[in-house]
Amino acid sequence: MIDMATARIAYREIKGGTAYWSLLLGLGALVLIGLGSAWYMEHHGHIVTGMSNRIVWGIPHVFAIFLILAASGVLNIASIASVFDGKPYKPLARMSGLMAIALLVGGLAVLVLDLGRPERLIVAMTTYNFKSIFAWNIFLYTGFLVVVMAYLFVQMEATMHAYVKAAGWFALVWRLVLTSGTGSIFGWLVARQAYDAAIMAPFFIAMSFAYGLAVFILVLMVVCKINGRELGDALIDRLARLLGVFAGAVLYMTAVMHLTNLYAAEHGGVERFILADGGIYTAAFWLGHILVGCLAPMVLLLYPAFRASRALVASACGLVIAGAIAHLYVIIIGGQAFPLLMFPGQEVSSSFFDGVIAPYSPSLPEFGLAVGGVALALAITLAGMRVLRFMPKNLADERAEPTAKQSPA
Amino acid sequence: MSQRRDDQASAQEHSRRDILRGAAALGGVALAPGVTLHLIGGEAAARPVEEAVSDAHRWGMLIDAGKCGDGCQACVTACSEENGWDLDARDPTDSQWIRKVELRDPKSGAERTLPMMCQHCASPPCVDVCPTGASFKRADGIVLVDKHTCIGCRYCVMACPYNARSFVHEPLTDQKAHAPRGKGTVESCTMCVHRVDAGRQPACVERCNDAAGGAMLFGDLNDPTSEISRRIAKYATARVRADLGLDTGVYYRNI
Repeated sequence: MIDMATARIAYREIKGGTAYWSLLLGLGALVLIGLGSAWYMEHHGHIVTGMSNRIVWGIPHVFAIFLILAASGVLNIASIASVFDGKPYKPLARMSGLMAIALLVGGLAVLVLDLGRPERLIVAMTTYNFKSIFAWNIFLYTGFLVVVMAYLFVQMEATMHAYVKAAGWFALVWRLVLTSGTGSIFGWLVARQAYDAAIMAPFFIAMSFAYGLAVFILVLMVVCKINGRELGDALIDRLARLLGVFAGAVLYMTAVMHLTNLYAAEHGGVERFILADGGIYTAAFWLGHILVGCLAPMVLLLYPAFRASRALVASACGLVIAGAIAHLYVIIIGGQAFPLLMFPGQEVSSSFFDGVIAPYSPSLPEFGLAVGGVALALAITLAGMRVLRFMPKNLADERAEPTAKQSPA
Repeated sequence: MSQRRDDQASAQEHSRRDILRGAAALGGVALAPGVTLHLIGGEAAARPVEEAVSDAHRWGMLIDAGKCGDGCQACVTACSEENGWDLDARDPTDSQWIRKVELRDPKSGAERTLPMMCQHCASPPCVDVCPTGASFKRADGIVLVDKHTCIGCRYCVMACPYNARSFVHEPLTDQKAHAPRGKGTVESCTMCVHRVDAGRQPACVERCNDAAGGAMLFGDLNDPTSEISRRIAKYATARVRADLGLDTGVYYRNI
C-alpha cells in the first residue's frame, strides 16, 4: 500500500546561494573552533576547563544533553506524521529525521570529545558493563542513528512507502526509550540529592518534546527564508501551538518534581538551594527556566494574537532554547554544586571541599567545544538538505494544509 | 596422568608454601611486635601472584573517630607518599585519595574528625554506572579502577556517595609502579592493594598505628576471629550513608 500523502509531495534539494554558503562557512568555522577546543583540552587535560573534582560535568555536558534531547524531540514531527497520521506534518517528516540524526551526532561529538581519554572511544564501543545506563545509552544512541536512517530510507524510497508506519512506530518507541535512558543517567544517581528520582525519565521526554520542536521551527523558518520557499501561516500556527503545549508540559514536570521534593524534609536543603538561595542557580531556575523557557513562550505561543506574528513565534522558539540551556545548567551544574549529604544534620568541612557549594566558572574551551557541537548539528542539517531531497518544494498552506482555513494574517 | 602430575606439583607447592609461611611466622616472633601481629594473626597473609583473588576474604577497615586526632594528617600523608599523589596544592582539581573530614553538630557544638576515602562498598555505585567496566570490585571486596579501560567519562565520580573519587586533570610524571595513574582517568583509594596482596597493611593504617592515635584497624571482615570482626561484634559501629544499603567495607566508631 502506497502512502499517497507522502507520494504526492514534491521534495527538492535546497539551493546553494550566497546566504547558504555563508551560513555553512560560518558553521564550519565554529566546528573548527570546537575541534581546536577539544584538542586543547585533550592536550592539557581538564585543568584548562572550569571543571573540578566537584563539578566533573560542565558546559560541554549542558550542550551535549541539550542536543541529544533535541535530537529525540525533533523526531516527533515524523512520528506525528507516520504513526498518528497527522497529514499536515507529512511534508516535514524527512527533515525531522535528518535533524534527529544531525543533532544526535552533534551531541555525541561533544560528549566524546569531553572524555578524559577521547582516543579510547574504541574501548567504550567494545567493552561493556550492562548494568550501566551509560553503556545502554551507547547502544540506544548508535541504534537511534541506524533506526532513523532506515526510517528515512522507507520514506524516501517510493517502493518502500508501505513500511513507513511500521518504521515510524519503531523509531517512536526507540526514541522514547532513548530519552528515558538520558533522563535515567541522572535519575539513577542514588547518592545525589538533586537527582535520584524516577521522574527524571518522563521529565527528560517532556523536555525533548519542547527543545526539539523549538529547534525544528527555527531551522525550518531559516531554511525556507534563505531558499525563498513558501511556508504557510497555518503550518507555523500548528507547530507554534504544539510548542506552547510542550512548554507547558515541561513546566508541569518541573512543578511535580520540586513539589514532591519539598514535601520530603530530607530534600529541603537542595530545594532551598535551587529555589531560594543558590545565587546563579536560583536565577537560572526562575528567570531562565521558568520565565524565559516556559511562561513567556507559553504566552507567546498559546495566545492566538501573538502566535499570528512569525517574529514572535521565532522569538518564542529562541526563548525555549535559552530556557533549556538555563534549565540544564541548573540540573547538571547545580545538582553537582550542592554538596553530597554524607552526614545528615552535621556541618561538614574538609580539604576536598566537602560541605560547601562547589564553585564553577566555565572556561572558553568548554564553550568552544559546546558551540562546535551545535554548529556541527546545523552544518549536517544544511549539507544534508543540499545533497538529498529532504525539503518539500512548497510548504504553502494550500499544499501542506489543504483543509486549513486561510490565516487572516 | 598429566592431571595427577599437576595435583602432585600443586601439593608440593602448597607444602613448600606452608613451610615458608611457618618460617615467616617463626621469624615474626623475633621481629617487632607489629610485624608479628600481621604474620601470625593471618590478617593479611601474602597472596601468591599465581593465585586468583578469592572471596574467602573481605578486606575492610574499622576507624575509631574517638582516637582520630584533630589536625592529625598522618594517614593522609602516608597515602600521598605511598601512592604518589600530590599533597601540596590541594586545588579543587587535585586528587585526594584520602582526606580528613571535620564534623560539627550545629545543635550541641560537638566536633569530630575522621578520615574519609573509598568505602569499598559491596554494592558500589561507581561500579554499577561505569560503562566500560573499568571500575570494578575484586572478589575480596577491594574497589579499583582499571586505568587501561577508563575512558574518563566521570560518571563514577557523579555516582560515588562519598566524594571518594578524583579525576586526573593534568599530565603526570614519575608515577609509582604499584600505583598506576594517568591524565584523563579516575582514581581513588585502592586500600593499598599492592600491600594487601603482599601481606601488609594499607599505608594509612600502618602510619596511624605507628605514629598517630591508632584509630585505624585493617582486617578480614569474613574471618570471625579477626581483630576487626571481633571489635565490630563487640562495639557499636556505623557506616556512612548506611541508608543506601551499599554494605561498605569501612566501619566507623564514635561518629
